[in-house]
Amino acid sequence: MSIRVENISKRFGQFQALQPLTLEIPDGELVGLLGPSGSGKTTLLRIIAGLETADTGRILFHGQDVTNVHVRDRRVGFVFQHYALFRHMTVAQNVAFGLEVLPKAERPSAPEIHKRVANLLDMVQLGHLAKRFPSQLSGGQKQRVALARALAMQPQVLLLDEPFGALDAKVRKDLRRWLRSLHDELHFTSVFVTHDQEEALELSDKVVVMSAGKIEQVDSPQELYSRPESRFVFDFLGHINVLDAQVKGSRLQQGAAWVELPKAVTVPMAQLYLRPHEVHLQQTPVAHANLPLTINAVSLIGAEVRLELQPDGWQADEPWEIGISHAQYNAWQPMRGDRCYAVPDIGHLFMQGVTEPETLTWASTLIQDPNFPKRSAHLAEVS
Amino acid sequence: MQTRASLRVGDQPWVKWSLISLALFIVGTLLIVPLVAIFVQAFGDGVQGFLTNITDTYTLHAISLTLLVAALTIPLNLVFGVFLAWLVTRFEFPGRKLLITLIDIPFAVSPVVAGLLYLLLYGSNGWLGSWLMDQDVQLMFSWPGILMVTVFVTCPFVARELIPLMQQQGKEEEEAGVTLGASGWQLFRRVTLPNIQWALIYGVVLTNARAMGEFGAVSVVSGNIRGETNTLPLHVELLYQDYNAVGAFTSASLLAGIALITLFVKSFVEWRQARQRRVLDEVSE
Repeated sequence: MSIRVENISKRFGQFQALQPLTLEIPDGELVGLLGPSGSGKTTLLRIIAGLETADTGRILFHGQDVTNVHVRDRRVGFVFQHYALFRHMTVAQNVAFGLEVLPKAERPSAPEIHKRVANLLDMVQLGHLAKRFPSQLSGGQKQRVALARALAMQPQVLLLDEPFGALDAKVRKDLRRWLRSLHDELHFTSVFVTHDQEEALELSDKVVVMSAGKIEQVDSPQELYSRPESRFVFDFLGHINVLDAQVKGSRLQQGAAWVELPKAVTVPMAQLYLRPHEVHLQQTPVAHANLPLTINAVSLIGAEVRLELQPDGWQADEPWEIGISHAQYNAWQPMRGDRCYAVPDIGHLFMQGVTEPETLTWASTLIQDPNFPKRSAHLAEVS
Repeated sequence: MQTRASLRVGDQPWVKWSLISLALFIVGTLLIVPLVAIFVQAFGDGVQGFLTNITDTYTLHAISLTLLVAALTIPLNLVFGVFLAWLVTRFEFPGRKLLITLIDIPFAVSPVVAGLLYLLLYGSNGWLGSWLMDQDVQLMFSWPGILMVTVFVTCPFVARELIPLMQQQGKEEEEAGVTLGASGWQLFRRVTLPNIQWALIYGVVLTNARAMGEFGAVSVVSGNIRGETNTLPLHVELLYQDYNAVGAFTSASLLAGIALITLFVKSFVEWRQARQRRVLDEVSE
């Protein structure tokens, strides 16, 4: 069932939770609402479910206006952030609840309910816990019960509010994968809320990035990552190294730091955004950039070694983060306090008064430093 | 080397033992001795005397009036308390905080004052009372008046028990119920009520104890008409003023008995609530 959000806005007292916004969710898609807390994503989800009423606008399910349809009759599955299991009922009773409150005419017979509950619990792999109470379950198990309970009504729309927010990292990953396969199997339309970029990018067909009650960008994860349309989306998707500088012709300058751009820019001020993997480090500056940095911390865990760096002779609001390969780390052995130079390979330039960034690529002007071969060469060597 | 008994700060034996004996002395003289004395006095003329006193027409009437008032007060305040707790914990509206504070007025005001207020309002010379008098409705100096002040005095008990619990539990479970298609009544009976049942019983026990034992407010509006508007606590006073000490203590022993039962039920319910709260804490982890 497709969902259309049309011109929906919501205000809580003085606080404008949602600016009028419109969103189209095609049938069968898994859509993530991504944004920081207070961005209005949960409010939007609750309005789609009918748990909250919007001040303006309409909600359409499959082309039909459901704005004034009560939650009870919208027949959506809703999974709450803190599971909201009925604490005085067993797991099986929780899952059966939706079927048991059906009007007599629609309600399946008791053995039929029993059978359906057993099937649902098998599907979420919790058949052996049917007689337990929610307080006797782990977080991941509770979340699966909550899902089974929502799916008992065979909803065509499944809404999930921070479904994995309260779980630890490993369980979260398992459940994420499991939800994805469930979605692919049952073909309902799902919308989930999250503040975790990784989760949104991994799980969704389409990501809706929200901030301050507005939709910033709606795109597939790949598009979103490669072509962020605004500064906010850029900032929100992972760490960014920023050079805030004055423009002099084709040169960005701030204190001791400067970068030569491939072409001249006309605005007086600009910001250069560099993703951690679009920069490399070496011990001498190159012809097109001089970005001196001091190593603050070295983190060895993960696929690459992550260095936290402090600008040397210039300013940045947040320390820089740049990843180097383990091979480069072993050859170089960088230490806290060492000095080095960042060399941008790809950059994204935000010019004053323009929302969309311009992506820049520097032709390989690299000076081959024996200690700092190009990373691609190293990767080839490692693999 | 000599081993020393390890003492923590404030752990001197003489402090401990003098505090324990002081506590025992106070509990003994102020609570236990009077309680025992009531029953000793009540059976002063033997079991036969106790039975004679209790089957006295006026005493029987006082007992039945007290039971009637309690039996009507409990359902009224039960419904009112649940309604009020639901209102202030599930809805946002201007004046909500003020309403929560106002619930406590009957606790803050002396029952005698409450009785006097009702007398002024509903008495034959009162604003509403004189009009009611014209309609041939008499509230004061009859059992409806007693019921009214009892309801007033006991109305916070149920709501006071429910509000903190319902605030703690939040409305997520009810929202979950409604998304699953439950109607308002199904939601209340299957989700809300099971979650609040022990707090509700606790509130009812307290309401009952107070409704049966209330003296001040009732004495102002009852008029002390023997066999008509005399409740059990008023009856005790009346008998005592008649120099019928054994009779007075017999009725008092009934009230004391109710108190003991209340205490027993109360501690049982508290134990159940503590157990439920432990489960709640585990859930919120």
